[in-house]
Amino acid sequence: MEERVLNSEEFKKLTLREAIEFAKSDDLGILVKRALEVIEKEDKILNAFISVNKQAPRGVPIGIKDNINVQGIETTCASKILKGYIATYDATVVKKLKENGFSVVGKTNLDEFAMGASTEYSAFGPTRNPHDTQRVAGGSSGGSAAAVASGEVVAALGSDTGGSIRQPAAFCGVVGFKPSYGLVSRYGLVAFASSLDQIGPITKTVEDSAILMNIIAGKDENDSTTVDRKIDFTQFIGKELPRMKIAVAKQSFNDGVEEGVKGKIDEFIKFLESLGHFVDMVDLDEIKYSVATYYIIAPAEVSSNLSRFDGVKYGLRVSAEGLREMYERTRGIGFGDEVKRRILIGTFTLSAAYYDAYFEKAQKVRRKISTKLNSVFEQYDFIVTPTSPIVAFKIGSVSDPLVYYMMDIFTIPANLAGLPAISIPFGKVEHLPVGIQIMGPRFSDAKVLGFADYIERHLGEKGA
Amino acid sequence: MEKANRYKPVIGLEIHVQLSTKTKAFCNCSADVFDLEPNTSICPVCTGQPGALPVPSMEMFELGVRLGLALNCKINRYSRFDRKNYFYPDLPKGYQITQFFYPLAEHGFLEVEGKKVRIRRIHLEEDAGKLMHAGDNITEADYSLVDMNRCGVPLAEIVTEPDIESPEQARIFMEKLRSILRYIGVSSGDMEKGAMRCDANISVVDTLTGKQSNKVEVKNMNSFRFVEKALEYEYERIVEHLEKGLDVERETRGWNLSTKTTVSMRSKEEAHDYRYFPEPDIPPVVLDDEFIEKIKATIGELPEQRLKRFVESYGLNTKEAWALVEDKEIGDLYEEAVKKSGEPKEVANWFLTELFRLYGEYEKEKLFVSADTFVEVINLIKDGTISRNMAKDVFQESLLTGKMPKQIVEEKGLKQIDDTALIEQIAKKVIESHPKEVETFKAGKEGLFGFFVGQVMKELKGKANPKTVNEILNKLLRN
Repeated sequence: MEERVLNSEEFKKLTLREAIEFAKSDDLGILVKRALEVIEKEDKILNAFISVNKQAPRGVPIGIKDNINVQGIETTCASKILKGYIATYDATVVKKLKENGFSVVGKTNLDEFAMGASTEYSAFGPTRNPHDTQRVAGGSSGGSAAAVASGEVVAALGSDTGGSIRQPAAFCGVVGFKPSYGLVSRYGLVAFASSLDQIGPITKTVEDSAILMNIIAGKDENDSTTVDRKIDFTQFIGKELPRMKIAVAKQSFNDGVEEGVKGKIDEFIKFLESLGHFVDMVDLDEIKYSVATYYIIAPAEVSSNLSRFDGVKYGLRVSAEGLREMYERTRGIGFGDEVKRRILIGTFTLSAAYYDAYFEKAQKVRRKISTKLNSVFEQYDFIVTPTSPIVAFKIGSVSDPLVYYMMDIFTIPANLAGLPAISIPFGKVEHLPVGIQIMGPRFSDAKVLGFADYIERHLGEKGA
Repeated sequence: MEKANRYKPVIGLEIHVQLSTKTKAFCNCSADVFDLEPNTSICPVCTGQPGALPVPSMEMFELGVRLGLALNCKINRYSRFDRKNYFYPDLPKGYQITQFFYPLAEHGFLEVEGKKVRIRRIHLEEDAGKLMHAGDNITEADYSLVDMNRCGVPLAEIVTEPDIESPEQARIFMEKLRSILRYIGVSSGDMEKGAMRCDANISVVDTLTGKQSNKVEVKNMNSFRFVEKALEYEYERIVEHLEKGLDVERETRGWNLSTKTTVSMRSKEEAHDYRYFPEPDIPPVVLDDEFIEKIKATIGELPEQRLKRFVESYGLNTKEAWALVEDKEIGDLYEEAVKKSGEPKEVANWFLTELFRLYGEYEKEKLFVSADTFVEVINLIKDGTISRNMAKDVFQESLLTGKMPKQIVEEKGLKQIDDTALIEQIAKKVIESHPKEVETFKAGKEGLFGFFVGQVMKELKGKANPKTVNEILNKLLRN
């Protein structure tokens, strides 16, 4: 009888708000049952999950990126080096989700240690894009984005260091939100670049992201980089907005941006204007340094953060005669090429001889980029760019790391400056989704979500 | 020119002090780990589990600031942590959290033998774990085990300027420092337990040529005596090189306990690049004036101040006074006994001779000692109840058994016999039974007087008042 209350197809379309409502009388755990059924069916092709929790208790089914600890479940970070590592504790966000009736049905795929933009760097194979399974789902939170887009789960958590929530959300046609740095605890998130990392939601609607933020955000005594700010992230959801001043980055029309994406930005500007908002083109020349800055700071932190994977305490150990050989063999076999590349870069830039020339200088440029973005917010409410200069590409089609790194050009500045930024779907180029990124001043997260929700609603009406 | 005058050692110290905080530096595990079973005071943070984050303890800052103030340092209001990166199995994160760029305190000094030894900096950092090798030593071990209890225990590293002029002065510096640590309650300063560790830099200046040798770092000196011994050895070694016209290599050497020599550990070329950079997991800590003033108010009298006061108020010389001041508990006990007895010199004598002798012979913790012990023995002598010699036995017994001196005297019937009639009766008996000795004495062998005193005392089981015995024998034999 209950089986007919919610079939698989209905489950796939369920929003988080609806699922939370359903869960109130879901004594039989139908939501989790459906999620596991859909995962079983879809994931044979998508490969969105690294592990599935068949014993998941009843609750609202959620997917957790596999670089966030769930006690008693393997955390792999999509790396061979963590093989067999069972998390000894719940990440703060996971603890909060469990306390609020969520059930972790699986750990989602990612680029190894979240370093990458396609999940092609996963030790467990790439995640496929639900809109075109020949193409990547984006990354690094590609598993989370594909799982939400395909309806395997109602919502998922990702982590974003340079665009890792927003870019896969854009590629998969879902909503991805990176909160202001310090709002969500990183305790239990396996560190990639500590000063840039932030956990955030990937959902079907903006409102769902706001609902998740209300649950996972907050000062955490286990993470001293969290701030004590009481924010109701849903406060502007469903509200009409006054006339906003929006800065569209001139760089949205640069050479590296695909024509189709440029077209969507044009369309978006007209859409905003039709709703009566004020739109300006603003030259954010400084962001051209953001990729270079990011690829100094992030690898530096990586080289240190990944030192703990040494074969001594947990995960992979490749035995050898001496200690040094054990380290070398364990890390040589355990880490993939991209991770090694970044460890090497970071080890170099932090070395005493080059510290001033690279790391110190990059810190200065980082402050300059922050200052520039903040000065734009003195005149404008939001900055708009495409989330990614391109749409989802074919698996295996990009091999040059530099081409790869340039894909993050629009998403990185928000991480460098600690700003809130959201990617929302804005139509498609052919059959492939395009994401629009909206950035706001630090801690204006509720406003960014409110504006994104407003756009989402008006898009629905106009059917863009 | 004499060797010792020609070659002057230039010594600087780097001292790690374990702060006696309740919790570890960056997690809530207990920091009191010395006697624990391996890996019983650990958590995701101090064992470097993936995703765990450090949260700095404010108690560590309190103790660090107190230490900085006691060593006359300027406290930096802006305090930040940095990462020191290197691989070793006792370092679970692959980096140590320390303060490289912005130390907690700077520009202080500690006075040693009237000379100011400047403190360059004091910074906070976390300790590493401990390796246990399954075998006699690291090279022959089949495997090694890691005990992470010590991981994350807070340390203060104190770095001096190269102002120390002899190995002896280095030892005295360490003793003074330990005394201060205990006075202000920031550390036990116990070198044997590793709560205080010392590395030294030494170079030698040839005053004839003005040339200075390269600097050598000496490690593994785990007692005050070894600090002095190792530096003496190293001084001689460097001087020998200089005299032969050889270069002194810039290197790190370890003190070898069994050979009583220093052995090369690594040369400068092998030095690590620790790739220091700001710890991104911990925002900078800004200490406000109120915080610092509050700590300042809790620092009581420091050893140097107390030393001056003891010399001035109690009529002691500096050496005597330092012996009483160095250990805070002894100083406190001494002052209490002085207050209760009003006899500073007499109390000092009991401390310096009897108490310290017993401390040397027995385990300190097993002796029962209180201010009243001193007050009672002193009064028992003063009122003539027991002789000074008896008092020493009573004092020792009191410390060993915990019984108070008065009680011991009463229980054992140790009261001194001062009954003139009784003593005279005994004395007469002794004289009668030793006619030969009396004859010899009277013939002029004055030395025999002691013999008669001894015999009388023997008859009275040593309890007679020696003064009275003397008087009576004098009367009977010399008249």
